[in-house]
Amino acid sequence: MKPSPAEAAVLSQPTAQELKLSGFWTARGIGPIERQIETVRLASRTDAVADGTRIEALDTAGAWVLHKLLTRLRGDNVVVTVRGLRPRFAKLLDVAEQQIADAAGHPMPTRIQPATSIERIGRGTEAVLSQAIALLAFIGENAHALAGCVRHPERFRWRTVLYNVRIGGVDALPIVGLLSFMLGIVVAYQGADQLRQYGANIFVADLVGLSMLREFAPLITAIIVAGRSGSAYAAQIGTMQVTEEIDAMRTLGIAPMEQLVLPKIIAQLIALPLLTVFADFLGVLGGMLMARAQLGVGYAEFGDRFVKAVSVTTYMVGIGKAPVFACIIAVVGCFQGFRTQGGADSVGRQTTRAVVQSIFLVILADALFSVAFSALDL
Amino acid sequence: MQGNEQTSEPVIEINKVSTHFGSRVVHSELDLQVRRAEIFALVGGSGSGKSTLLREMILLHRPDSGSIRVLGVDLNRLGDDEALALRRRWGVMFQHGGLFGSLTVTENIGLPLREHTALEDGLIDDLCAWKLAMSGLAPAVGAQCPPELSGGMMKRASLARALALDPELLFLDEPTAGLDPQSADGVDELVRKLRDLFGLTIVIITHDLDLLWQVADRVAVLAEGRVQAVGSMSELSRMDNPAVRQFFDGPRGRAAHAQADRPTKMPLPVKTEEPSSKPK
Repeated sequence: MKPSPAEAAVLSQPTAQELKLSGFWTARGIGPIERQIETVRLASRTDAVADGTRIEALDTAGAWVLHKLLTRLRGDNVVVTVRGLRPRFAKLLDVAEQQIADAAGHPMPTRIQPATSIERIGRGTEAVLSQAIALLAFIGENAHALAGCVRHPERFRWRTVLYNVRIGGVDALPIVGLLSFMLGIVVAYQGADQLRQYGANIFVADLVGLSMLREFAPLITAIIVAGRSGSAYAAQIGTMQVTEEIDAMRTLGIAPMEQLVLPKIIAQLIALPLLTVFADFLGVLGGMLMARAQLGVGYAEFGDRFVKAVSVTTYMVGIGKAPVFACIIAVVGCFQGFRTQGGADSVGRQTTRAVVQSIFLVILADALFSVAFSALDL
Repeated sequence: MQGNEQTSEPVIEINKVSTHFGSRVVHSELDLQVRRAEIFALVGGSGSGKSTLLREMILLHRPDSGSIRVLGVDLNRLGDDEALALRRRWGVMFQHGGLFGSLTVTENIGLPLREHTALEDGLIDDLCAWKLAMSGLAPAVGAQCPPELSGGMMKRASLARALALDPELLFLDEPTAGLDPQSADGVDELVRKLRDLFGLTIVIITHDLDLLWQVADRVAVLAEGRVQAVGSMSELSRMDNPAVRQFFDGPRGRAAHAQADRPTKMPLPVKTEEPSSKPK
């Protein structure tokens, strides 16, 4: 932001031994002449005068710069006398001098050197490892809390679980249903061309049935839930951490694990498989509509072929992944929430981390499942 | 700090300001004047509208009617540019600091300078260090982030940021609330020092009777939407108004009065707060 000319500081040198200071020596005014102040020179070993009569305003920034200027000139063996400064400004200049002397006494903490690339790799690795260990510890704590709840079932908070099922499951039905329906349409549509070439139209039921039930429905459901609920868990727990609510719970003898984390995990364990069934149904429905529109496969034909092509095992393989995904999403969301420290900024960062990590881990787990299932011939 | 200190025009002039939230009346035709280079305190019970009045003075809230002039500018007739120019001439220390959590203390203090001036980074860092020292914080605090600070350090850092642009007018919202007595004494000293050094006009909102006795030149008591009384603490202590009396008649009021009357109080050195070793 440029100050208007009326508010600028002015430094002029009418003769070799005279400096004229005028205008507004303020934080806004001196910016434009900072370079000039740094380069102004007087002939050494002489007496010089700095005339401050015309200084209209002087603030801490101005006093600082003026003092630095005088110190530099005096360092060149010039005897500089300041003349005509208003008493208040002179006082401020003294304060600046004192502060500069004090600051020299205890120097500013040295700036941290930027890390070398090896140091960065090391620090990054250390952070990842310590996070992995903390995650294991968190899972252990939860297992411990769960064992406690099994031993004292009356302590378990069913109401919270049901609430979480509603928020994380029932409320997610529309979006999960819509997206898997569209996914079913896409799969059938993409397959239609290829199948038509071979006259194998009826195999669209195999294509849609197997791909939706085994892979797409569990995966798309998990990804939506990670975005919806995982982020909400991290943000909720993170904010509670920032506002010391978690500490308050601990001091009141309420275990945060039992109150906050276990109900969420159990709620997801219930909700995600059910959501996956719903996604299966709507995905196949989408495929069926597309099969009739594009390939002329009727609903009855599609149904007959579907029953033959898709075994119960396929269905169970898809559903069976859901509890694992549910655990990943709830645990990672809560874990990242608990790792929040500091302020609002950190809550946002942890929420992002929760979503990215849970989606990453869900896809990783899905890949491992594929390997395992093919080894087991399922 | 401009050169026109001699003008006798009040720094803040509040004229018949009325405010209400829904059906609750906060101010009804309130009048108030703050003079140049005085330490002016605004007191009143909870809900007496002093925080709202502060928000109205610093352009965060608009009164329903009436006019407020700050530094000779009418807040009702203000374009965006004039509002910005005016905002640069005052500093505000918020009750909870209002420091940006994602920046270090030094960056927080330097933010107004970087935003509004063309100064170079090195000079800004030097000035930040100065403001930090001025508000009584150790240099090492500059590198810390606000969440790591204690309550007292947070307030001082917030004050340092409020001072960044050398304001003519400083608003302090509850500067001693939540501080231990020693830090609160430090704040007393600091406020007085700032006024003497820079000729600042300081407006304080406070409940702290010690602060009122020690530093305030004039005090306005707010109750029932109006200013009940204005004057120095000793003037107020002789008044009969019930809203004023409640400040003096409680046990705390008497203790603070007795403390203020004690003959000579050794001026305390401004306490320097060391960086906290609070675990992250």
